[in-house]
Amino acid sequence: MPETANQKDPLIIGGQTFDSRLLIGTGKYPSDDMIPRIIAASGSRIITVALRRVDFEADTDNVMQHIPGHMQLLPNTSGARNAEEAVRIARLARAIGCGNWVKIEAIPDNRNLLPDGHATLTATEILVKEGFVVLPYINADPVLARQLEDAGADAVMPLGAPIGTNRGLTTKEMLQIIIDEIKVPVVVDAGIGRPSQACEAMEMGADACLVNTAIASASDPVAMAGAFARAIRAGRQAWTAGLGSVRWQASASSPLTGFLYEQTGTP
Amino acid sequence: MSFYDRYTVFTGDDPFRRLASATGCEVQRVLGKRILSWEDYLLLLSSAAQPYLEQMAQKAHAQTVAYFGRTMVLYTPLYLSNFCTNSCLYCGFNRDNRIVRRQLTLDEVEAEAKAIAGTGLRHILILTGDAPAMASVAYIERCCAVLKRYFPAIGMEIYALSEKDYGRLIRAGVDSLTLYQETYNETLYARLHPRGPKRDYRFRLDAPESACRAGMRAVNIGSLLGLDDWRRDAFLTGLHASYLQDRYPETEISVSLPRMRPHAGGYQPEYDVEDRHIVQIMTALRLFMPRVGITISTRESARFRDRLLPLGVTRMSAGSCTAVGGRTADKETVGQFDISDERSVPEMAAMLRRAGWQPVYKDWQAIG
Amino acid sequence: MDIQINGKRTQVEPGTTLGGLVRMKNLDPAAVVVEHNLAIVPTRDWDQVNLQDNDVLEILRFVGGG
Repeated sequence: MPETANQKDPLIIGGQTFDSRLLIGTGKYPSDDMIPRIIAASGSRIITVALRRVDFEADTDNVMQHIPGHMQLLPNTSGARNAEEAVRIARLARAIGCGNWVKIEAIPDNRNLLPDGHATLTATEILVKEGFVVLPYINADPVLARQLEDAGADAVMPLGAPIGTNRGLTTKEMLQIIIDEIKVPVVVDAGIGRPSQACEAMEMGADACLVNTAIASASDPVAMAGAFARAIRAGRQAWTAGLGSVRWQASASSPLTGFLYEQTGTP
Repeated sequence: MSFYDRYTVFTGDDPFRRLASATGCEVQRVLGKRILSWEDYLLLLSSAAQPYLEQMAQKAHAQTVAYFGRTMVLYTPLYLSNFCTNSCLYCGFNRDNRIVRRQLTLDEVEAEAKAIAGTGLRHILILTGDAPAMASVAYIERCCAVLKRYFPAIGMEIYALSEKDYGRLIRAGVDSLTLYQETYNETLYARLHPRGPKRDYRFRLDAPESACRAGMRAVNIGSLLGLDDWRRDAFLTGLHASYLQDRYPETEISVSLPRMRPHAGGYQPEYDVEDRHIVQIMTALRLFMPRVGITISTRESARFRDRLLPLGVTRMSAGSCTAVGGRTADKETVGQFDISDERSVPEMAAMLRRAGWQPVYKDWQAIG
Repeated sequence: MDIQINGKRTQVEPGTTLGGLVRMKNLDPAAVVVEHNLAIVPTRDWDQVNLQDNDVLEILRFVGGG
């Protein structure tokens, strides 16, 4: 059972307060009916879904029936290859009536699944004006993150590594810059493969992590969800506790301030 | 939104209690951090940080070299006019001071420009007193038209203007602004500026931001250290610079650290700012804002400026003269303050090279 | 009548409304969104929209995704 989350250090996005800094997805699970147990084990409060055509031939469950009502739904615009498609999907998702949050995914690149920053910015500008709570998924580009913040995005979601690769924080240097300079919440999304990597992101000062593939593809997804929850809480606690200072070695070169104490002049 | 909203948090004494309660342990922790908050900056300005000056200097030196290299931009001031309608207690141009008042004609501006350009300098800082009727925006525009022929970049340090007027001067060729708040202490500020347009604290405080919005490429701010408790003014200067840098990432922000110097008028500053205090401010500022420019003028002695070189300075004046028309006129007028470092441009350049620094005469070219 | 639903051509009876179509397909109205000729039609209006020849419909729902 997950420990009670820290109420005093809530994640605040779009004016709402959440007691978990782990966001999860609903893709690639062995079966959708696992989702309630994943949610419980993860303690997560924000969950992503995608929008697709109804398949009249297949008899598939509605994923929504596995998602408890208290969860904040975060529909993504996966499938969109440009700004126009992302905006269209966002509006359709909102029309289903489960809230006004949207994760913008504008991915023209089917091989690496890397997002188109320009399209993402354009879509963000439009959807912010239409009253959406916008969380754009982007490459770890600090300049783009700043532009999105200025455009009114409620958070930014820079990737650690390409979707589904489980390769961890390959963009670490850029992530650190984004975390240091952006004032809206930074949610590291995509590429996190192990709980230790999520912990590391939180130790760097990230506000939250979104994990999908690493949980869904684990042998025991429910247990893995629990591990991620603990790792993210540990990393966050380490960060708020103030990580110990790295001892900065003075170089052996000659002193720079000795002159202040020379006999000749005044200090 | 204005810096004033940030500043008013610090008008009481409470935030400055940290200065008194700071411990060596806390200072050490700050020195181990990569990114400093404004609270960390305040700790580095406290007296508890004094024993750690050498460590601060080493770290500041490493950061300066990493971000700026071993280069020093050289510039020189050109006083266009010393007419003034303010009565600032601490300034040589105070309207109540009986000094000869002059304003350069365009021919005289050109003569000074030729003399300066002849030394190799390409960055100039034009200054005036606060007399908009005499040294008007239009007059400055006309001077810029002349100066543009000799200098690829024109900086200015004049009375505070509106965003619209900054826009006019940017179009006339000004690409950088220097404007000192003198002191951020509002009460003291009122006392120091009894008469004249400079009395308007808020207008002056907001002017650097107006310049950023108008598209000024570089903005340089500072306090006249010694007017108030230097720890407070140094802190608020840093906070102001950080605010501008955050909000206007495309503007190059820098800070100057002028100390009170002897001048006609003889105002005695309340607080003594020693050399080690300047070192502390400079290194603390460098650690707080690794990418901020730091300017040291010829108010400081040659010996001291040379020692400050490795500690974070990125711009220095050379071949300075603070009198109007002082380089070419036979009759010298009284300068705004006494110059301590009288070295010529070639002497400064030689000193820099000996110390392993590259003097930079031209850092920017405005096109169009 | 000949219309297109989710990229496939289909025959429907003249006079069929959007609402009727959704019910015919056994869909939960709260779980789907309908786009009719590129315009989103709110659920409350479905019974007022009469399908015409060559209409293009997209009927979408949430599925698992990351």
